[in-house]
Amino acid sequence: MATFLIRRFAAMVFAVALISVLSFVLIELPPGSALDSKIAQLRQSGGEISAEQIRALEDRYGLNDPIHVKYTKWISRAVTGDFGQSFTMDQPVSTLIWTRLGFSIGLSLFALIFSWGISIPVGVYSATHRYTLPDYVIQVLQFLGVAIPQFLFALVLLIFSATVLGQEVGTLFSREYQNEPMSLAKMVDFAKHIWIPIVVLIAGGTASLTRIMRANLLDVLGQQYVQTARAKGLHERRVIWRHAVRNALHPLVMALGTTLPTLISGEVVISIVLNLPTTGPLYIRALIQKDMYLGVTFLLMLSILLIVGNLFADLLLAWVDPRVRLDES
Amino acid sequence: MTSTVQATTPGPSSGHVNPEAHGDANEEARSAEISQWGLIWRRFSRNRLSVWALRTLVLMYGLAVFAPFLAPYGADRIDTNHSYAEPTQIVFLDGQLAVCALEQSLDPFLLKYRYVDDCSRARPIEFLPKGDPYWLFGLFKLEVHLFGITPGEALKGGAVPVTPVATPTAAPADPLASFRVQQPDSVAPKLDTIKNPPKIYLLGADQQGRDVLSRMLVGSQVSLTVGLVGVFLSLTIGSVMGATSGYVGGTWDNVIQRTIEIIRSVPTLPLWAAIAAALPRTTTIVQRYFLITLVLSLVGWTGLARELRGKVMAYRSLDYIAAARLAGSSDLRIILAHMLPNAASHIIVVATLAVPYSILGETTLSFLGLGMLPPAVSWGVLLKDAQQLDSVLIHPWMLIPALPVVLTVACYFLLGDGLRDAVDPYSS
Repeated sequence: MATFLIRRFAAMVFAVALISVLSFVLIELPPGSALDSKIAQLRQSGGEISAEQIRALEDRYGLNDPIHVKYTKWISRAVTGDFGQSFTMDQPVSTLIWTRLGFSIGLSLFALIFSWGISIPVGVYSATHRYTLPDYVIQVLQFLGVAIPQFLFALVLLIFSATVLGQEVGTLFSREYQNEPMSLAKMVDFAKHIWIPIVVLIAGGTASLTRIMRANLLDVLGQQYVQTARAKGLHERRVIWRHAVRNALHPLVMALGTTLPTLISGEVVISIVLNLPTTGPLYIRALIQKDMYLGVTFLLMLSILLIVGNLFADLLLAWVDPRVRLDES
Repeated sequence: MTSTVQATTPGPSSGHVNPEAHGDANEEARSAEISQWGLIWRRFSRNRLSVWALRTLVLMYGLAVFAPFLAPYGADRIDTNHSYAEPTQIVFLDGQLAVCALEQSLDPFLLKYRYVDDCSRARPIEFLPKGDPYWLFGLFKLEVHLFGITPGEALKGGAVPVTPVATPTAAPADPLASFRVQQPDSVAPKLDTIKNPPKIYLLGADQQGRDVLSRMLVGSQVSLTVGLVGVFLSLTIGSVMGATSGYVGGTWDNVIQRTIEIIRSVPTLPLWAAIAAALPRTTTIVQRYFLITLVLSLVGWTGLARELRGKVMAYRSLDYIAAARLAGSSDLRIILAHMLPNAASHIIVVATLAVPYSILGETTLSFLGLGMLPPAVSWGVLLKDAQQLDSVLIHPWMLIPALPVVLTVACYFLLGDGLRDAVDPYSS
């Protein structure tokens, strides 16, 4: 276990380092940046102070240096928690990202837990009632869940919320609670606003997970030990839940490797549609406006999120399925 | 389970079934003459839903090929006098289907144009009229469209509505009423109305008065093919990488697998967005199109490469590969002539299931303003116009281009599912 963790951690550090290089190069690549326009703006205003500022900026971000020097300058500060400056927001990147990342993580985790909580029983029901009407309904819903683009689903729910429920949209809190301290009423208000992204995320996650659960359980139910359990006279519910489902679970855990990126990508997209204060809108804006340090940091952080998530998935898999030996892999 | 026996025969070239297999004698006798692909097709055609999905897709691609002919207007035909015109009401007049002219006036409070039918200037819907010029297949310059409205003398007589549309006199309820400052009606200034010639907008018009139906049809050319081209590229990269990784093994395998792991450690959409943002924005539509397919496939090849690596590794230890090697086949020949054809059915399934993700990728990127850029037309570009909530609430038809996206993606998933079941010899 310890050797596995150490080896995995080393691999993770290596991956993060490589991704930081790749994303830095990728985002530095296009000509022109928000920093350039910032400097042009300073140059226009002229004067002693701005000339000094320009020199400080050039020095700090290595404007005239080759890209590897720029990267070294950035990464050596980044490991201490200083990710540079957002030139469009005029704020340090580190003050911008943490709350937004935290919100993204919370949203994704919440959606993940709910997706599992829904897809396991629904998948079991679908598999044990194969070719019945509810099974067909569940399958059609699955297809819709995968086929409808998430931004579209978010948009439709937003319209529903605005017209039918008459809710104010595009924020997390109603106007009257915006600057209030946390209270029960504020929490209720928050729940009224947060349900749309959560429903959209859960719908996407649940659709694919239910499918996997159903297919696996169908495989397991055909195996002989399940017949043996039935032959012993066990109650059908016990056969399903104790014998079959337990052995059909681990592909669901393995699917975390694809569920997590879907959740993170989905969260980015729908938060743009819903204008949520999470990573999505700021990240895409940073990309379009070439606010490079903000963009690089977001891309790096989202990747770290995924890498850590995959590590947890591996650990969880070893815990759920004793056949998996971590040390050997 | 009778069909299990047929697919257990290895290789596409061997059309004979195992004679010792148990099964329906009749079916066995018939299947002896059927190739593996024939068997797959037979299994596939039993799945009604998948067959319908395939038919729908064929139809949609057919529509895309003839899109500029089927569309009543050119995709870029701007007509600001029809900004956000509602879906046109079709009436029955003088024994033919016709559309009424619209009178445009500006609603000063809703800040939207209001349209009133003027059926005294109605024109019939004509079949095969001349309209906006277009290129069919990029070869023929044509002007004829399937249907359309041409200027000319107005029809007389009482109009009988054919399509169910709310009566124009009843103003639609304002969904944003609660957000607006109420003003007394008396303040409303009298505005001039513009008398428009009749035009046909079956699915309404966008802000610049362009026909949503025409744009949707023409946009399907990009949206339906971007996934195919993207997956074809992924397939090429993935096959080379996967086969190398599985066949050569050793250091190459290690390097390729680590590369795949790194790419997969970056969430897909943010990575797509970052690459798309790094592309030059001043390219032609065709260049942009291929760049976007490249973006999609640069991320998409990893899954396929992994699958293929597994297959190739499994084949490597099989007797027929050893036989081929003993017969003096080169490595390249073993991979191309023996391994890839064997994995072909599997590759096709994986590729089919990858197409909808590519289509969703293009749509999402374009929706975010990072994929196809106007003046290019794709479903994602059209949906970008539906991004503003208050605009969609007043002009709900702007969301219609979402329907073909959902339909296409669902059909591809169904098709892929059916193919997978048909290819898998152990499914019942």
